[in-house]
Amino acid sequence: MLTFLARRIAIVVPTLVFVSMLIFSLQQLLPGDPAVVLAGEDRDPAVVAYLRGKLHLDEPLAVRYALWVKGVLQGDLGESQRMQKPVLGLILEKLPVTLELAALAMAIALCIGIPAGVLSAVRRGTAWDYAASMVALWGLSTPNFWLGILMILLFSVTLGWLPASGYVSPFEPARATLAGWGRPACVVGTAIAAVLMRHTRSAMLQVLSSDYVRTARAKGLAEPRVVLLHALRNALIPIVTLGALELGTLLSGAVLTEQVFTIPGFGKLIVDAVFNRDYAVVQGVVLFTATAYIALNLLADVAYVLIDPRIRVS
Amino acid sequence: MRRCILVASAALCLLAGAAGAQTLRIGLAEDPDVLDPTLARSFVGRIVFAALCDKLFDIDAKLDIVPQLVASYEWSPDSKTLTLKVRPGVTFHDGEKLDAAAVKFNLDRHKTMPGSNRRGELAPIASVDVVDAATVRINLSAPFAPLLAQLADRAGMMVSPKAAQAEGERFGAKPVCSGPFRFVERIAQDRIVLERYPAYWRRDEIHFDRIVYLPIPDSTVRLANLRAGQLDFVERLAASDVPQVHSDARLRLAKITEIGYQGITINVGKSELAQKTALGRDPRVREAFELALDRDAIVQVAMDGEALPGNQWVAPDNPFYAKNVPLPKRDVARARALLAEAGVPNPAVTLMTPTTADAQRIAQVVQAMVKEAGFDVKIQSTEFATSLDLADKGQFEAYVLAWSGRADPDGNVFSFDACRQPLNYAGYCKPEVDELLARSRTLRDPAERRRAFEQVAAIVLKDRPIVYLYHRNWLWAYTAKLGGLRTIPDGLVRVQGLQFQ
Amino acid sequence: MAGSAPAPAAPASAREPLLRRLLTRRAAAFGLAVVVLFGVVALAAPLLAPADPLATSFGAIRKAPSAAHWMGTDEIGRDVFARVLFGARASLLAGIVSVLISLSIGVPVGLLAGYAGGLTDQLISRLTDALLACPFLILAIALAAFLGPSLTNAMIAIGISATPIFIRLTRGQALSIKAEDYILAARAVGNPGWRVALRHVLPNAAPALIVQSTLAIAAAIIAEASLSFLGLGQQPPAPSWGSMLNTAKNYVGNAPWMAVWPGLSIFLLVLSFNLVGDGLRDALDPRRTPGA
Repeated sequence: MLTFLARRIAIVVPTLVFVSMLIFSLQQLLPGDPAVVLAGEDRDPAVVAYLRGKLHLDEPLAVRYALWVKGVLQGDLGESQRMQKPVLGLILEKLPVTLELAALAMAIALCIGIPAGVLSAVRRGTAWDYAASMVALWGLSTPNFWLGILMILLFSVTLGWLPASGYVSPFEPARATLAGWGRPACVVGTAIAAVLMRHTRSAMLQVLSSDYVRTARAKGLAEPRVVLLHALRNALIPIVTLGALELGTLLSGAVLTEQVFTIPGFGKLIVDAVFNRDYAVVQGVVLFTATAYIALNLLADVAYVLIDPRIRVS
Repeated sequence: MRRCILVASAALCLLAGAAGAQTLRIGLAEDPDVLDPTLARSFVGRIVFAALCDKLFDIDAKLDIVPQLVASYEWSPDSKTLTLKVRPGVTFHDGEKLDAAAVKFNLDRHKTMPGSNRRGELAPIASVDVVDAATVRINLSAPFAPLLAQLADRAGMMVSPKAAQAEGERFGAKPVCSGPFRFVERIAQDRIVLERYPAYWRRDEIHFDRIVYLPIPDSTVRLANLRAGQLDFVERLAASDVPQVHSDARLRLAKITEIGYQGITINVGKSELAQKTALGRDPRVREAFELALDRDAIVQVAMDGEALPGNQWVAPDNPFYAKNVPLPKRDVARARALLAEAGVPNPAVTLMTPTTADAQRIAQVVQAMVKEAGFDVKIQSTEFATSLDLADKGQFEAYVLAWSGRADPDGNVFSFDACRQPLNYAGYCKPEVDELLARSRTLRDPAERRRAFEQVAAIVLKDRPIVYLYHRNWLWAYTAKLGGLRTIPDGLVRVQGLQFQ
Repeated sequence: MAGSAPAPAAPASAREPLLRRLLTRRAAAFGLAVVVLFGVVALAAPLLAPADPLATSFGAIRKAPSAAHWMGTDEIGRDVFARVLFGARASLLAGIVSVLISLSIGVPVGLLAGYAGGLTDQLISRLTDALLACPFLILAIALAAFLGPSLTNAMIAIGISATPIFIRLTRGQALSIKAEDYILAARAVGNPGWRVALRHVLPNAAPALIVQSTLAIAAAIIAEASLSFLGLGQQPPAPSWGSMLNTAKNYVGNAPWMAVWPGLSIFLLVLSFNLVGDGLRDALDPRRTPGA
């Protein structure tokens, strides 16, 4: 187990190096001079020159990369030039917001995805199967931002029920929190539900055709009991681990949803930073999410090995 | 169940607590940049500053300059020295006193701090002397008529010298000024919270305990929040949302014609490209371009009528509007004739357009309009950051660009039309224009300045480095409860006198 | 995009025309029909459209749907129905071309990694991991901003961002097939590596790639709409569903028809591609065939 872990971690390092190089060069090669963008409407040449110096924009790319990596290794992700705040501080400030959205979205995804998957596996080929996959696919097939616009149209503009922008501080009353978070979480959650539904369906199909389910049925156990107690319990392991890997989808989904509902989370932070050429923020946030993604992957791998020792052999 | 009751009662408590203390919630169209008057660079930041930082001067509804932190002022006869009497009894939010030394500190800070965006605005200031505790003398290297207007904006904002020295570059994270409200907290992209400064010098005009600014970029979402009661005031409403405000009895609408403009900048000399395009090379083609435009229709279509058609750097209702160059009428036949005369009946024009909705709408309307005169316009959508870069390098033919405007007309024309100025993307350069502009800066008499600007207009508006289209209406929507709102042309929300009725 | 586990290759014994097997699934058949319909619409848009999608009419701005304009008019008086029809071109093109880009990079690189092994494999795999670790849409946004906003560049950006999945998939297939007896035999006879890869490994990896491609088209159409929504895709005045939504969001309150139709079109087309993809996966995996 230890050697397995060591091997896995050894792989993580070059991946992270690639991530850092990738995002750094992509970001730094974007057309548009960040100093000019930062200098604002007046664009005083003296200010532009000062900012170029401050951002090391006149240094070669390799030097800038080295400077950035040096900072990162010392725990300094740099400073947002636009907001004049350390990037790490911004990340820690936005993380709870996006995590809250992600948690709610995941809860919604689980509530739709798993029952739909079970239903379509058990009633395979029937109208139920089609209906379940339609419900699940609905989320995957709708552009997040469009769903967001429609929800704003329906609830805020037409009905005038809810505030249009979704963000409510977690410290405000529960009802307000729910009112604010419900729609964005639905928008992101339904997209993931489809993926979970697919995983659930295939895992259930596999388990349902296995020997012990057949044995359970042979023993005369009631079908719901077989399905829920025996089959689903076993199918859940791959579902949950695979679900954990949906972080990337969650984040991509959050990007536009946060934009539409003006939620000040990770997604909004990074999109605004790309358009404002706030290099340090883009680099810091992507590095952070990539690291989180890789770490989750690693955890999922380890969990798999712990559950199913056969994997270690291959 | 018991938990529910607990939560509900906690919520009620919060609500009750909120009822006692009055909070004004303002929806902003963008997230402001750094809240340091010296470094600040965005229009939206000035809206927050209006509550946070008082200035030496202010402008009133008629664009006249009125003293704010100065008690009185006096120009020397040669217009090269301005003596200010500082208003007595004003303190900063940290309790420090505003005196002559503090004013000098601030002007010096604006002029010398690395990265200062105010340096250019105050360039003619040679030195600042403290005459006595309440008197400051500003010495200019040359007469500079727009100085008071500059001091009525960020360059005239006073911050606490003590805090500024202690915080240095980081001052903007926790600004300390002398305005009616003091800084509480800021969560980037989410909110800026200010609270009433009890020792404010005009404290009886302040009726709110808190102001919360919430950046919400989408106008529809801003309005929906206002209608749902989550906001009390939204700035820069989209023109298309106006009917919704009118149909809601709980809301009010205020309009102000902006001091800036929307225009199309034409590369007439920024790079060699200017000579390679008919539009950049030949003033007749530019004249044809302008004649092919129907400004009223542009305003109707692109702005739902919420703008004032204009052909100059200031709006037609501005005292400095040059009456010798009136708004031209659309004349497609004449435009065609001009193009024929120039030998290019179908000039191709690439119109660089930022990806914002407004700019794209204008570009598409203009494209369709000038087509009737024979122009073949191709829209080149460019992300804003990239478009600035291309504009700087002169890699464009025509560019849809707006300017938020300055109270003094100098701020709308000098940087754009004088040779090699930073905002002169057109690359326009004519010695006689430079001379006239320089002269206009030495004139303090409004009538004389007006004449100088008329001379500038006669030349520049014929050369057309910028084709001005219109001046937007700043649209404010707010709850009917809100009273005491003043509409000042700079589009900034004055909080003095604002209250719930 | 992520996490759709493709089925293993179908053994040759289960062969029966793929199309027929696909069509026995009602959902997949429906999906295919809609995709074909949109294809026809895209090709025949000039014949079907009641008006020029670019023709402005400043007298009829944001008019609600009527007999003259079935889906209403947009912010500068263009016919929304005509624009939705022509918008199908941008979406289908974006979906298909970007997946072709992903395939043309992903498959050779994946084959190379899986087949060559060793350091090459390590290098490619780590790079793939790195690309996968960056959120797909963020990568596409950054790439599109880098290349400059246009439909072509959006397709390139989406194609590149979606490539790592194809690399990983092809590599996995190559690895698993490499050890099969007949491949070993083919190599033992002295066939060069690239030939074995092309003649034997690739055909076996094809079913999984076809399934993934179909699903990737669905994701790419959404991605194109997302980029256009942020102003980085199809440029005005040419129509695309995403850019139509981008404009429409400013008029949600007073011209909702501008948002409804393009969004509905994206939904239908993407749903159909997803249904076809799911159907293909089922059809190619005998274990999941109904009644099997």
